[in-house]
Amino acid sequence: MSISREDIEKVAVLARIKVDDEQVSALEKDLGNILDLVDQLGAADTDSVAPMAHPLDAVQRLRADEVTETDQRAGFQAIAPATEKGLYLVPKVIE
Amino acid sequence: MHNKSVAELSRELESGKISSVELTQQFLDRLKQEDGKYNSFITVCEDQALADAKAADDMRAAGRATPWTGVPFAHKDIFCTNGTRTTCGSKMLENFVPPYDATVAEKFKAAGAVCLGKTNMDEFAMGSSNESSHFGAVTNPWGLSSGQKRVPGGSSGGSAAAVAARLVPAATGTDTGGSIRQPAALCGISGLKPTYGRVSRYGMIAFASSLDQGGTMARTAEDNALMLNVMAGFDPRDSTSIDREVPDYTATLDQSLKGMKIGLPREYFSDQLSPAMAEQVRNAISEYEKQGAIVQEVSLPNAKLAIAAYYVIAPAEASANLSRFDGVRYGYRCEDPKDLMDMYTRTRAEGFGNEVKRRILVGTYALSHGYYDAYYLQAQKVRRLIQQDFINAFKDVDVLMSPVTPSPAFAQGEKTTDPVAMYLEDVFTIAINLAGLPAMSVPAGFVDGLPVGLQIIGDHFSEARLLNAAHQFQQATDWHLREPK
Amino acid sequence: MQWDIVIGLEIHVQLATRTKIFSGSSTAYGAEPNTQANAVDLAMPGTLPVPNENAFRYAVMFGLATNAEIGRRSMFERKNYFYPDLPKGYQTTQLAQPIVGPGHMDIDLPSGDTKRVRIHHAHLEEDAGKSLHEDFHGMSGIDLNRAGTPLIEVVTEPDMNSAEEAVAFAKKLHSLVTSLGICDGDMSQGSMRFDVNISLKPKGSDELGTRTETKNLNSFRFMEQAIHHEVERQLDILEDGGRIVQETRLYNGDRDESRSMRTKEEANDYRYFPCPDLLPVEIDDSFIEEARNSLPELPDERKARLMEEYDLNSADASTISSDSNMANFFEEASRRCGEPKLVANWLNGEIASRMNQENIRNIALAFIGPDVIASLITRIKDSTISSAGAKKVFDALWTGENDSVDAIIEDKGLKQVSDTGALETMVDEVLASMPEQVEQYQNEDNPKKRKKMLGGFMGPLMKASKGQGNPKLFNEILVRKLGE
Repeated sequence: MSISREDIEKVAVLARIKVDDEQVSALEKDLGNILDLVDQLGAADTDSVAPMAHPLDAVQRLRADEVTETDQRAGFQAIAPATEKGLYLVPKVIE
Repeated sequence: MHNKSVAELSRELESGKISSVELTQQFLDRLKQEDGKYNSFITVCEDQALADAKAADDMRAAGRATPWTGVPFAHKDIFCTNGTRTTCGSKMLENFVPPYDATVAEKFKAAGAVCLGKTNMDEFAMGSSNESSHFGAVTNPWGLSSGQKRVPGGSSGGSAAAVAARLVPAATGTDTGGSIRQPAALCGISGLKPTYGRVSRYGMIAFASSLDQGGTMARTAEDNALMLNVMAGFDPRDSTSIDREVPDYTATLDQSLKGMKIGLPREYFSDQLSPAMAEQVRNAISEYEKQGAIVQEVSLPNAKLAIAAYYVIAPAEASANLSRFDGVRYGYRCEDPKDLMDMYTRTRAEGFGNEVKRRILVGTYALSHGYYDAYYLQAQKVRRLIQQDFINAFKDVDVLMSPVTPSPAFAQGEKTTDPVAMYLEDVFTIAINLAGLPAMSVPAGFVDGLPVGLQIIGDHFSEARLLNAAHQFQQATDWHLREPK
Repeated sequence: MQWDIVIGLEIHVQLATRTKIFSGSSTAYGAEPNTQANAVDLAMPGTLPVPNENAFRYAVMFGLATNAEIGRRSMFERKNYFYPDLPKGYQTTQLAQPIVGPGHMDIDLPSGDTKRVRIHHAHLEEDAGKSLHEDFHGMSGIDLNRAGTPLIEVVTEPDMNSAEEAVAFAKKLHSLVTSLGICDGDMSQGSMRFDVNISLKPKGSDELGTRTETKNLNSFRFMEQAIHHEVERQLDILEDGGRIVQETRLYNGDRDESRSMRTKEEANDYRYFPCPDLLPVEIDDSFIEEARNSLPELPDERKARLMEEYDLNSADASTISSDSNMANFFEEASRRCGEPKLVANWLNGEIASRMNQENIRNIALAFIGPDVIASLITRIKDSTISSAGAKKVFDALWTGENDSVDAIIEDKGLKQVSDTGALETMVDEVLASMPEQVEQYQNEDNPKKRKKMLGGFMGPLMKASKGQGNPKLFNEILVRKLGE
């Protein structure tokens, strides 16, 4: 199955990855080839098969509601691109 | 010392013939001298390693030594190490120094092991040749004499090359579709991908959460067992980790293989495999027959769909797992973003390499509106069919054996322009991850002077049996001891 | 044309757990920015979620209280979108198999009828952090303390047909979750937030119109205003022959205006898929039974019991039972003084108005306790103080000046004189000083006018007694003496 330039551009916006025209052309070919590979899936008869999200048939454990974490802000913000007054700074958020 | 196994080094330290500080210094010297040829390390932590070695010597003096106390090793640069840069092979994390340890890193620390540094890898573990690393390709120590630079395999290519080149006796790896077994095979060492859930994923940077599993890489099966003894076990911080007793994996290494039933999946001995490779694998299997194992053919009819299912599921999970790399809280942020959207899209375009971006885009597409059922849901259904094949096979046999790769190590640059050709490199390993099974790669011969691996696949939680089978093979063969020239 | 209004609600309820839904970080409100955001909350590489048992317990309690099916096997999905206050780039939420299935809740209408509102489901999810928009050199500041706070999102069927019904449902839900103790109910801290889906359809039509969603309303008042506003907006469009665009809108309560939130609707593709870091959660019978046993009396049950046990009318019982702290206060005070009707009057009168004025949401946080209000009522009943005196005592109690009723009465000299001998003397003296008025009274035949004239003596009597004479006794003595 082929993927259109429009699809690639749309998906790149969803994934927040900037792509230029040249990259879109390369991706058109590469993603098209990958999707060709993946299209074999259509051949499998899976009508009565339940999807499998996990390799093991295990059940989730729940954690006791107890505070186990302490303030580590200084350590975490030491590796942040931009902070001020304990806040992470980003270009203006407009709702 | 550099040719000795973990088990041997452990005995040397125990006997007092050498201290950990001396041993560590020797390995560090060798590393600095030799790694220019391989580029197998991203970060060497000389000061930290020597400090840890000193602490290990003290630990031994205090009578608290474990088999690992003072033994040098390396971590794949996907395991977060408190205070030591952890890059995951990416520009995105080029300067990322985590203020926390992965559970696996904690466990090695607690055992007193000495981490020499962080090994090179495909960016975010996406690759089969170690050429997608932001820190440069890794060169396979094998075949160098012919003048041809070959890939070590990937994504744990740095770990495999470092162990093969005797820079470290052992290194951790991770395996999402073959990332331990394939480089182990191409570099002529032993590697084990444990059952999904056997080793904690906490602090191991995620690629595809339902497939990723940390594992062991060393030259001998025994060393793999020693590593797994440290790494395996329940972790309350990882919801997918399994609460199940951890045996001493070294305790059963010497069991006889008499009567062990080996299944050979028909689909894994197809025409994808070169006759020379097939011959080496069959010779290895004959050795098992000599030891009293019984061989029969089995079928995994849906195995041919594994690559297709994998290249939907893994990119889909990755597309979400890698969304956290957004330039807000840590890691790379682009210069002078003009607005929020610009910050996101340029940070991610500049911080990720091409293969990572391709997979994020494929995964995003597979999950997007209108394609979810045809791709993601169908892949999950096929995943169940594939697992069912293995369950059926293990009703009749104890282990499965197959080649690890269709061919030996290929030349650098050979497959970089064709992502799909690169993906087919994992044709024999990928189904095992989809099914969550444990599997090993064991050195089993050479083709054109390059190592060939034998894959041993077991049922869930049968790591002890796989290690036993590998160890017994290594008692009768010396492929795993061959040293690259 | 006549139109029907159709309203469905999505209500985010912050659960009152000690820690976050997927990490052991505290959820306490008001901490310094990012001091309660740890490795998991910050989505540091390699970190993994482990769900909080109490989040599930609280969700199950909610389900049991709304007569809902409990999801015996629930799952988490990832909802993918980029936003600076969403550290992982996806929200972990529940889609296909939520913890709480279909249920319902009845609301009281002003007409006195009740109406059943169906709940489609309620699911567990994590809250996002906060973006602070005050100016940091043209940048925004991100505080992730709130990121990972557990929420249940309650999604109703479109069963409400007016702003009043929607508000009644929201208030009832507020009362329910606070009574259950699963939410602190503090709207000013965002503990409950409402999204309102509104559409109009021609009166009587079976076909639903195109709906809009107005997001993130954080008070009952704004919600009511926003609904009126949106209904008007849609009405204007439809009456002009226009069409409603399905969209998300933001309402500005201070300006009473709204605007479309996302213009690129097509860019919204959340790509839900099962979260591979989390396994299916199985809830067994014992977990459900344990939750059921921990359920307190629900507001509806309590209302019925208050009417039965304390002989309250429906309105009083409704108001009191809607707030469990208020109801506990009521019962405790009534038990102590044996005057439930008077306790209800104080609660719904003086106390309610003072709480309102001072913006106190929880009676338990007021200075005045049920034991104190009970002694105040006891002193009114035994005539120690007059009702005017009681007001003064209450003021002193409310401000925390003193917490002993008797001490206040003593200090302020509010004790009534009920010694009839002393009172009779005072009456004699006053009547003697007002002969003209006495004569006028005695010549008057109209009982109404006589009653009014009695009032003319009360002023001087209260003055003579320095305000401490028991007015009831004064009255009795006056009538008797003037009739002689």
